[in-house]
Amino acid sequence: MPSLGDIIRNSQIWKSIFRHPAPVDRRNRIVVMLTNFFLHLHPVSAKKQGIALSYTWCMGGVTFFLFLVETVTGVLLMFYYRPTIEWAYTDILTLRDATSLGILRELHRWGAHAMVITVWLHMYRVFLTGSYKPPREFNWVVGVILLLLTLLMSFTGYLLPWDQLAIWAITVGSNMARATPFLGYEGPGAQLLTVGGIDMITNASDARFGLLGARFVGEETLNRFYVLHCIAIPLGVALLLAIHFWRVRKDGGISGPM
Amino acid sequence: MHGLTYEEFLSQLSGFLCGYYVLVASMNGLFALYRWKRHGEGQLALAWSGLGVVTLIMAAMVASGNPEIVKYISFNEGIKGFIDTLMSPTTYSLGSLVILGVMFYFREVLVRPNVAWLGFNLMLLFMGMSMADSDFAAIVTKPDNVPIVGLIFLLAFFTWLATSKAVVNDKRIANGELPLEATESEKEKVLVWPDLVYTELICMVALTALMLVWAIVLQAPLEEPASAVKTPNPSKAPWYFLGLQEMLVYYDPWMAGVVLPSMIVAGLMAIPYIDFNKKGNGYYTINERKFAYLTFQFGFLVLWVTLIIMGTFLRGPNWNFFGFYEYWDSHAVEAMNNVDLSQYVWVEFLGQPLPKPDPEASFLSKVLVIAQREFLGILLLIGYFAILPPLLAMWDKKRLFQPMYKRMGLIRYMVMTNLMLWMALLPIKMLARWTFEMKYFIAIPEYFINF
Repeated sequence: MPSLGDIIRNSQIWKSIFRHPAPVDRRNRIVVMLTNFFLHLHPVSAKKQGIALSYTWCMGGVTFFLFLVETVTGVLLMFYYRPTIEWAYTDILTLRDATSLGILRELHRWGAHAMVITVWLHMYRVFLTGSYKPPREFNWVVGVILLLLTLLMSFTGYLLPWDQLAIWAITVGSNMARATPFLGYEGPGAQLLTVGGIDMITNASDARFGLLGARFVGEETLNRFYVLHCIAIPLGVALLLAIHFWRVRKDGGISGPM
Repeated sequence: MHGLTYEEFLSQLSGFLCGYYVLVASMNGLFALYRWKRHGEGQLALAWSGLGVVTLIMAAMVASGNPEIVKYISFNEGIKGFIDTLMSPTTYSLGSLVILGVMFYFREVLVRPNVAWLGFNLMLLFMGMSMADSDFAAIVTKPDNVPIVGLIFLLAFFTWLATSKAVVNDKRIANGELPLEATESEKEKVLVWPDLVYTELICMVALTALMLVWAIVLQAPLEEPASAVKTPNPSKAPWYFLGLQEMLVYYDPWMAGVVLPSMIVAGLMAIPYIDFNKKGNGYYTINERKFAYLTFQFGFLVLWVTLIIMGTFLRGPNWNFFGFYEYWDSHAVEAMNNVDLSQYVWVEFLGQPLPKPDPEASFLSKVLVIAQREFLGILLLIGYFAILPPLLAMWDKKRLFQPMYKRMGLIRYMVMTNLMLWMALLPIKMLARWTFEMKYFIAIPEYFINF
């Protein structure tokens, strides 16, 4: 009498998904790494030192996991949220007070804070172990861009609740763009960019205007930041993550003594 | 939390703080058990359990919620006032630099498990005893500030972990041995399933649990609906940008908000290309790469992190500085009369009025007048970025700069020294402000170039 487990594991459905027996012996532990889409990011084997938790702190992995958490909770939040001045704040209120399992926004916000911290810790570890040294120079550069995008994702998301905290934090942050050299209307050199006595860089054409879509943080900004937050930046991050992971493998695997 | 009497504040807080002390007590108990069973340190284990008992008593005392009892386990007004008067941007910044420097110097002692554990306990006790102050609690328990408290503890832990590994490796290297990561048993290959895959799974489960607890316990902040006419005081950027916002005290927005952040990003990207040291690749070490290590720690821990902590916890209304236990009074006024370098040169030293360009004059003649007015600042700037690096290479023949120049070549050497000089600009500007009330080295308000 075969057990239920055996019946399931011998069924055509199961075998069509997992093309080999359970990874309990050496051979199948190798095969599983090669045949599973998600696992094939990993090598089949690695140096003991390179996978020690006290060495890697698992911070890169934790950051990636938090990115996935943010993606899932973010998609769910998008069901409840409309990025317009009429609705943004009330939708958040409804989400807090009337939606069941109302910790979605908490998960998303704390996850974002945590992600910023874990990115820093990951870079801290990579620096302290000298893992940016050849042959991994370029992957460090990709990592720096990912750091920047993480901060930008968090920054653009900060505006979406459309409360006092949100618009003033974004106002303070984006006021800097007003002072961009040449491209901000209060920036050094901007007044040199004139054509026939007409200023090219005004508060309706400078870098800050490009960021906000208006002269101040308003409806256009909310829409712009929403699109950046939900689509543009995450897509960029996804692409760079793929490159980042691929390069870890191509540049010699998890770092260790050369 | 203002508008509450102290009793009301305590009764709200006592549950949390009691749990906090119970946690500290149990951690000390577990640590005592670990040191005793694993390392046979009976006396020390006894001391740690003693501390556990003390914190347990503290838990009971705070649970009472009675100010008469709680006052024995919180800082009294005298100590708090003393700490607050000691604290200023100057003492805070220099103090953190000195403390981190001393910790670096004595790292071999400080990383010992029992010493580090004592430090950890002191941090926790300082935190707990300060929490009984309503002004301190108001800032620390603000939902968006909680991650920064977490960041402080995480950084302390991971810095300890990395440093203790580096100390071990440095000793081994000094004895002619390989670093631990390079020993034969560590280089042995193991299968990723199960050794790595399971670690990752456990990390994911633990993190999920942590996130769920965090999300349930702490509600995400939501203030009043956005209003373009009601400016909150202070208006703060998100916490990870508060180091940049703090730089606004010393720099104009084009520097603090655009140029310096760009230099940070460019400098980070440049690290692998200017660090030519082949040692220390793939293992923890400090002695083999002291220069790179100290430069990075100065930029990260001293500048980036301490400025964020200052911007979050110590900057109140009007971006004024407040001590840990001070009430954020929005009417506090700080006198500011900072002076430009050109003012010092022309008015104070030469006794002449500042040259002013004629607004009707041609662009070139305006620039000439401004260049004349700001000549000292401009010369200093050119000297700082262009002449100082070659001078360093000529002066420091043996130790650092000339060997670097020889190995890196002119361009890489100039890039590296210039990046470091950019980093050093902030502390230099801070020092100039504190000692000479210096506002701008170069002040060209005509073209928004204040530096």
